[in-house]
Amino acid sequence: MDLSVINPILLFAALMSAATPILLAATGELVVERAGVLNLGVEGMMILGAICGFAIAVETGSPIIGFVAAAAGGAVLSLLFAFLTQITLANQVASGLALTLFGLGLSALLGQGYVGIKPPRLPDINFGFLAEIPVIGPVVFSHDPILYFGIGLVAAVWATLKYTRVGLVLRAVGENHDAAHALGYKVVRIRTLAIMFGGACAGMGGAYISLIRVPQWTEGMTAGVGWIALALVVFASWKPWRVLLGAYLFGGITQLQLNLQGAGVAIPVEYLAMSPYLITIVVLVILSADKSAAPGSLGRTFHASH
Amino acid sequence: MKITTLLASAAVALGLATSAFADGHEKTKVGFVYVGPVGDGGWTYEHNKGRLAVEEAFGDAVETVFVENVAEGPDSERVMTQMALDGADLIFTTSFGYMDPTINIAKKFPKVKFEHATGYKRAENVSTYSARFYEGRAIQGHIAGSMTKSNIIGYIGSFPIPEVIRGINSAYIHAKKVNPDVQFKIVWAYTWFDPAKEADAAKVLIEQGADVVLQHTDSTAPQAAAQEAGNVITFGQASDMGQYAPLPRVSSIIDDWAPYYIARTKAVMDGTWESVDTWDGIGAGMVGIGEISDAVPADVKAEALAMKDAIASGEYHPFTGPLKKQDGSDWLADGEVADDGTLAGMSFYVEGIEGDIPN
Repeated sequence: MDLSVINPILLFAALMSAATPILLAATGELVVERAGVLNLGVEGMMILGAICGFAIAVETGSPIIGFVAAAAGGAVLSLLFAFLTQITLANQVASGLALTLFGLGLSALLGQGYVGIKPPRLPDINFGFLAEIPVIGPVVFSHDPILYFGIGLVAAVWATLKYTRVGLVLRAVGENHDAAHALGYKVVRIRTLAIMFGGACAGMGGAYISLIRVPQWTEGMTAGVGWIALALVVFASWKPWRVLLGAYLFGGITQLQLNLQGAGVAIPVEYLAMSPYLITIVVLVILSADKSAAPGSLGRTFHASH
Repeated sequence: MKITTLLASAAVALGLATSAFADGHEKTKVGFVYVGPVGDGGWTYEHNKGRLAVEEAFGDAVETVFVENVAEGPDSERVMTQMALDGADLIFTTSFGYMDPTINIAKKFPKVKFEHATGYKRAENVSTYSARFYEGRAIQGHIAGSMTKSNIIGYIGSFPIPEVIRGINSAYIHAKKVNPDVQFKIVWAYTWFDPAKEADAAKVLIEQGADVVLQHTDSTAPQAAAQEAGNVITFGQASDMGQYAPLPRVSSIIDDWAPYYIARTKAVMDGTWESVDTWDGIGAGMVGIGEISDAVPADVKAEALAMKDAIASGEYHPFTGPLKKQDGSDWLADGEVADDGTLAGMSFYVEGIEGDIPN
């Protein structure tokens, strides 16, 4: 065992990058669920975002346009879910699962010409002298713009939900859609917009995997990250900062356990491999002891006549 | 993830069910169960190439079906059951974790023939087949040991099963032979296919000083991670992964299942199918060595090719004594060659490898 081979600076830098796809997708899903909609299609929207972002980035040579396309792709796919659940009043669980299957299939089809191609690299932001601060520089100031965007998104979602009228209306729709409707709010419209926001975030999360973390296109490459993001929203009690904490914990422990394995630590590998799931859940469950509950109308179908 | 696979299987099964009624049962129907997507660029991709070769060889006389992304365990039983109910005559289950499910389902459908890849449990209607990937690993180990400058070789393992452990041992023995200072860092990913995790594992190994990364997982993600890092060499796994040549990918192990799949399908058609245990290597063509790129020094390349020829002709066995186990106990005496039984159930590291094998 030789712990000195683990470089804590690289570990922290890698942790932030590993957490970003989950963070983006979970933040989007948080908004959707706070509006009272349960969209289980996160995985499908992520993988579609991964290929849309990849393909457009390769075609245009610009990763930023790729990320925009990924957001658009995820949002368009989520519109299908919105149509099914908000207009035709289909069951949300079934529609969400169908969305995942559809997304996986569609992305495999779209991605056939993109296997084995190297995408253009998104350069890290140049923070000038900040990046040269020992320890903090490489950990905090040496990343790509999307990673900072993710953190900013959490802050923005938190502030919007807590302090703005839009956030209040969104929460009202999620807590009790009948009351919100009685007050004259357009429940279906608000929910559709929330679903599209969730789709865009999931799409960007997927593109982060295909453009930055791996970087390549492989069928089914999100490999379950969408489901982890979904679980994270619940364990984080629908609170943005806890989503951030959960994503960083999960990403961090995943990185740490790989590092410990490489360093030959004498902890059985089975325990190391399950530790990210275990520790993230335990920490968030302890935090959620403050009895925060799910949005009141979560997963319920709304129709103005009911 | 479980639930998606479950539903995916159900959806496909439904599709199979409806098509089975359409055309009686004169064609020979061959089913394939895959652990990853057909576009993984590695393991499943090669099995699917084998399936396409069967279609090409027999044309209208066969019908093939496949289900991809089938989780190892109970989900796979459901997929196999559905294939059997839909009239499959022969079913290939192409991952180690399908071993017990294959045996279970084969009992329920005695008339259907099953072929399980990389396992060791057989029955009247269950054959096993595998390739001697460790022969290719020996060549990789030789190149890796000769080319490493940091003397640290990273190894991404999937699951601690004999097939993977054999590969680690074989690569280590041959790296050590040319470079006594070589050290193996082994990371278990506990997945066959998860590009993000595979890439993370590769990055961690590279950060910890590895300048060669060997993988026993299915996707090309570690290749992409190595390319990004620069100055790291890798080897294609299961498939050529030639899109990453000449660097980082300097060579590869290629699984060629097509001749086997064609022969076994033919046997079912002719009614001559019997339960067999096939374990072929470089000699029989089931294991191919992808082109060794120019990034490899000419003398190393020549040695590697010579080793390949010696293995193919049976002149050299990668597990030839004197060899000791990790705990220092004797395993093979000087000149002694490992028997297939020990190799098939290998659950120990050879002397020199650090760390324990997870249970």
